[in-house]
Amino acid sequence: MTDATRTTVAITLDGRTFEAHHGELLIEAAERAGTFIPRFCYHPRMEPVGVCRMCLVEVEGPRGATLQPSCYLKVHQGMNVITDSEKVKKAQDGVLEFLLANHPLDCPVCDKGGECPLQDQTMAHGSGETRFVEEKRHFVKPVAIGELVLLDRERCIQCSRCTRFAAEVAGDAQIDFAGRGDLIEVAPSPTQPFDSVFSGNTVQICPVGALTATPYRFSARPWDLEQVESTCTACAVGCRVAVQSSGNRLSRVLGIDSDPVNRGWLCDKGRFTLDAVDGNEDSVDLLSARTRVTEPMIRRDGQLVPVSWGEALSQAAAILRSAKATLGGVGAIGGAALTNEGAFAWERFVRGVLEVEHLDAQYGDGLDAALLQALPRATLDEAARADTVVTLAGDLREELPILYLRLRESVVKHHNALVEFSFGASALRPLALVSLPVRPGEAHLVAEALAGATPARDLALGDVELAEARELVGATGEGVVFVVGRPNQAEAAAVVETAIRTLASRFPDAKFLVALRRSNVMGALDMGLAPGLAPGRSFRASVEGRGTLAQLAALRAGTQQAVLLLGGCLLGNVADVELATSALERARVVCVTGHGGATLAFADVVLPATVQHERTGTVTNIEGRVTAVNAKLVAPGSAWPDVAIASELAEEFGQHLGLLSVAETARAIEETTGYPALSVLNDASSEGVVVGRDVTASARRSLDPMAVPGIRSVEGVGLASRTGSLAPVTAATGVVPSGATLDQVRAGRGVDVPLADAYSWRLHVSRRLYDRGVAMQGSPALARLVGSSALHLNHLDLDRLGVTTGDVVSVAGPRGDVRVPVVLDDDVSRGVAEVAFGLLSESGEDVVRGLLAHDAVVTQVRLETR
Amino acid sequence: MAVLDAPLIVTSRREFPDAHTISRYLETGGYEALRRALTMFPEQVAAEVDAASLLGRGGAGFPAGRKWSMLRRSPISYLVVNGDESEPATFKDHYLVERDPHQLVEGVIIAAYALQVNQAFIYVRGEFALGLERVQQAVNDAYEHGALGSRIFGSAFSLDIVVHPGAGAYICGEETALIEGLEGKRGFPRIKPPFFPAVTGLYGEPTVVNNVETMSNLPWIVNHGGAAFAALGAGRSTGTRLFALAGRVKNPGVYEIEMVKNTFRDLIFDSRLGGGIIGDRQIKAIIPGGVSAPWFGPELLDVPLGQDEVAEKGSMLGSGSIVVMDETSCVVRATWRIVKFFSRESCGQCTPCREGSGWLERVLYRLEHGGGTTADIDLLLDLSDNISPGLQWPPQQTTICVLGPSIPSSINSAISMFRDDFVAHVEHGGCAYD
Repeated sequence: MTDATRTTVAITLDGRTFEAHHGELLIEAAERAGTFIPRFCYHPRMEPVGVCRMCLVEVEGPRGATLQPSCYLKVHQGMNVITDSEKVKKAQDGVLEFLLANHPLDCPVCDKGGECPLQDQTMAHGSGETRFVEEKRHFVKPVAIGELVLLDRERCIQCSRCTRFAAEVAGDAQIDFAGRGDLIEVAPSPTQPFDSVFSGNTVQICPVGALTATPYRFSARPWDLEQVESTCTACAVGCRVAVQSSGNRLSRVLGIDSDPVNRGWLCDKGRFTLDAVDGNEDSVDLLSARTRVTEPMIRRDGQLVPVSWGEALSQAAAILRSAKATLGGVGAIGGAALTNEGAFAWERFVRGVLEVEHLDAQYGDGLDAALLQALPRATLDEAARADTVVTLAGDLREELPILYLRLRESVVKHHNALVEFSFGASALRPLALVSLPVRPGEAHLVAEALAGATPARDLALGDVELAEARELVGATGEGVVFVVGRPNQAEAAAVVETAIRTLASRFPDAKFLVALRRSNVMGALDMGLAPGLAPGRSFRASVEGRGTLAQLAALRAGTQQAVLLLGGCLLGNVADVELATSALERARVVCVTGHGGATLAFADVVLPATVQHERTGTVTNIEGRVTAVNAKLVAPGSAWPDVAIASELAEEFGQHLGLLSVAETARAIEETTGYPALSVLNDASSEGVVVGRDVTASARRSLDPMAVPGIRSVEGVGLASRTGSLAPVTAATGVVPSGATLDQVRAGRGVDVPLADAYSWRLHVSRRLYDRGVAMQGSPALARLVGSSALHLNHLDLDRLGVTTGDVVSVAGPRGDVRVPVVLDDDVSRGVAEVAFGLLSESGEDVVRGLLAHDAVVTQVRLETR
Repeated sequence: MAVLDAPLIVTSRREFPDAHTISRYLETGGYEALRRALTMFPEQVAAEVDAASLLGRGGAGFPAGRKWSMLRRSPISYLVVNGDESEPATFKDHYLVERDPHQLVEGVIIAAYALQVNQAFIYVRGEFALGLERVQQAVNDAYEHGALGSRIFGSAFSLDIVVHPGAGAYICGEETALIEGLEGKRGFPRIKPPFFPAVTGLYGEPTVVNNVETMSNLPWIVNHGGAAFAALGAGRSTGTRLFALAGRVKNPGVYEIEMVKNTFRDLIFDSRLGGGIIGDRQIKAIIPGGVSAPWFGPELLDVPLGQDEVAEKGSMLGSGSIVVMDETSCVVRATWRIVKFFSRESCGQCTPCREGSGWLERVLYRLEHGGGTTADIDLLLDLSDNISPGLQWPPQQTTICVLGPSIPSSINSAISMFRDDFVAHVEHGGCAYD
């Protein structure tokens, strides 16, 4: 057997023989063999560089045993390694002493003290006395290297983890080394700030206290922190996190190395959204997203006033009951922010108690739930391993940041092919082998063209790129994953849905990863929160009901009288704010929410619910992976979990949902549908379960405190670890009813796009990670990062208008006029105007609000320079 | 008396102040070697270099022919010429790039032809402003003359040369750091293995990196044959070699002399060469091959100037720079100055070199300027041992490149040869030589 064909190789480690994996790094093999080699620069999720020299071991070679960095060497057959000789020990001690020479002894006031790899290894191996009597080097400190990250250059040990993360993982190489010798320093680019949305990861992986994050800095000592493992719900990727608190205050969120999902990384929005949960006690304005809603309220004399739960529930029931008396008089909107258990309870309430099919977890900005059920689904790993990934989605770095990181790694490291349906600016654009420009109202035509059915006539894309894309996708889509989302809020869902159906039917061997962004939207849909669905990702073809936009229209028309809003601010989420406002003005409104918002101006009853980090349950990510979320805080005031609110509201109607706790609800979900809610809650070491896939017992990566300092041990996954083991469910785990088939689904069967008007621009409304949502507004550190609105135009269009970046133009849309500055952006096709959703112009105006009409297939706007 | 009957190979135009111009170069036989080489098979040219047994003149002394044959097994590659000579007291390449740039360019073209490489880079130290200008001018002239570009002198062989200025870092003389620099990155040395340039070099391709002086020998070798070159010198050290003589000698300068036939004593004392010590004082120590080499005491002055001959005595001929210290030289100060240089020039990548060099420099500064203790002397040795375990020669290292283990050489030499001087500094509370 040659070395190349071996799957294992035998190495000798301190005299013992060990079977290492072929191609494995020596440091990893030794660790699996039970020998921990100290290290600083090595990080298991980045390419080794071998610079700190802490991991030197003796390796036999042609010139005898020499000291080699074990993080850099791959094992080979017959490798003879000595890790415990005097020579190794002296070298390692020497490196440690050198690292400490210029390192300040400010551990007592350093944020890293108590969880510091340098401190820990010094305690374990270091000398008690220093021989360094010279003046240590001095730098001005700290310096801001980004909006959220501060650098103390005196503490830095030059391991290059942060600079490598920035360049290698995030692709935002705005920090690098400057200077040389012992005056070498990490420095931001003099012209480009380190504005990466992943900047917080550099703090997490810093092996000393050199990098600190402004939101956590000086706020806690690690030994005072309590921790649970949970799932981030800032978007729908489902990153695993360690949530740490001190005295019922959230202190910090750290990324856990979950192999199938986030591999230790988090985006800054997920990491730093803390104050939105418990940090704004002083905020009492119910119309502000910063405010936590903590008491039940009803509207009395035009004002919302706190009342008892009994009174609020009775009032809510009265509103809903009277509306229910009319056929189609009531419905529910929202639910993507709920846990699966909360969503299931509300689904039971709406269908079982209110007896209507008018419910929708999405806000008209998503995709048809039945169509999504009908797609063969891909996991994140499958997307990252696919020969070709085709994105038909918005800018993934802005919408689902960690999915962007996974796809970026797949392209950069594994050279997989990326084809992009290009709607506007996208961070993946430079990595795409082929970019197919798509103007609003054209996605379905481009999909047809890709499928080879039509030539690319009248489209923005050229024949060459189309041919290249066809080549990469192949005839049947074998080895292809389509990442499908909703890139443009100013375009009817039917356009993208038709494109998706085309791709699904023409490429039967391809798989799909759904790039919907709102936290647990996939779980809410799996729990049946959409017309025609049922819990457990099932489908009832003959049933019809109103989605969100239809309900709003019905409310405005008076055919629906009341609406139950399940979490989330309706006005902050529906793109056509005019429609939503006029609907709410006429409706009786029951709000179940944890946060204030503009919608509460219309609420008749407000029922306070627990929010993330205060509740236990399961959530489902974009790949269908069910993982546990865990409570770390006691909810403020008298906020209740959604399961309790739904159950008690049902009692007002004289009905019992039979859902007495989150665990009971999880059991009910699993026993009735096979959806793995309770099994996930039960499994204290779970990476979660992908719905409908075989449960393969994947061993968790062992916790490496050198790789993820701060995460001491992972405790409290799911309920079992705290309540003792729950009895297992009887239904066969993973047996989920087959959902909709493409034939049954009505969505995506074509769309009529009006002809382009040569005097108008087609509007593309994109998403930004840093928007004006609850997470951002509630967290002061993040709120500063929200940009302001600008209209992005191709340089040809700027020339045509005779304006340049910064000039203000007037935009006339179907709902009125707004004034907004323009920005040159050649990622935007000619004839298209792009503007981000959820931002304000510098004069405080919501630009998009004036431009969108929910019933337009595409939105055309006129631009005037007056 | 020194044996000076060997021909001048790389400094044959030393009498001409305009030797750097193409007109003078052509008048003195320039580019004839290239024309001759182009009539030979590339393998024949390589065979002549092999026959010359030309050792690399950069410091490591690896046979150039063997380096080439390692590369010739791979299909495509680059030729990179290292002109980043930056070590204190080393200035022989400086002489060649300023005084005879066409000879260098012709050598590069010949080497590229032998290697069948179509792209070469000449990396010249940024501080060699005049040298850079002259090499660039020589390259431009060579293009004009038809000696560079496509179909050189009408042959099927084409070559482009890019002259690349260094940006002021000594470490870029380390070949893998130089390659990183050529690629536009920070000059951090790469880890070997796997980044042996001959395997994975510039842009990940097999690359030959040769020194300026090595290249400058090639026109002569092609004109006179490898055998004629090999007939000079003795043993493995063939041909002549440039020595940069510095320190307390009457005539410091660059001297081309036949290898092995002469000793350090010949070079330092012959009136046609170093001319003896200033004030006819006694030699205290010499640095035989650049400041990273272990020192020799006066008892080793009769060691021949040959690579193996010097290695046998525990040091190296290295970069061909010889520094002479006499009885008035303070070895503590000399060591401090050398370590200070390495400490400033450490790239900062590896902990032992980055932190160790600065620490060693601070301790040496204290010893030299007052404030040292006898314990500091042992501290110097122990810290040195942590950079270069065992303080052996050739050195072991805890670092990626050999800059790190270069630091302890002078410390170890100075302390083992002149420990009393260090003790005297402690007792005197500073330098007794001031």
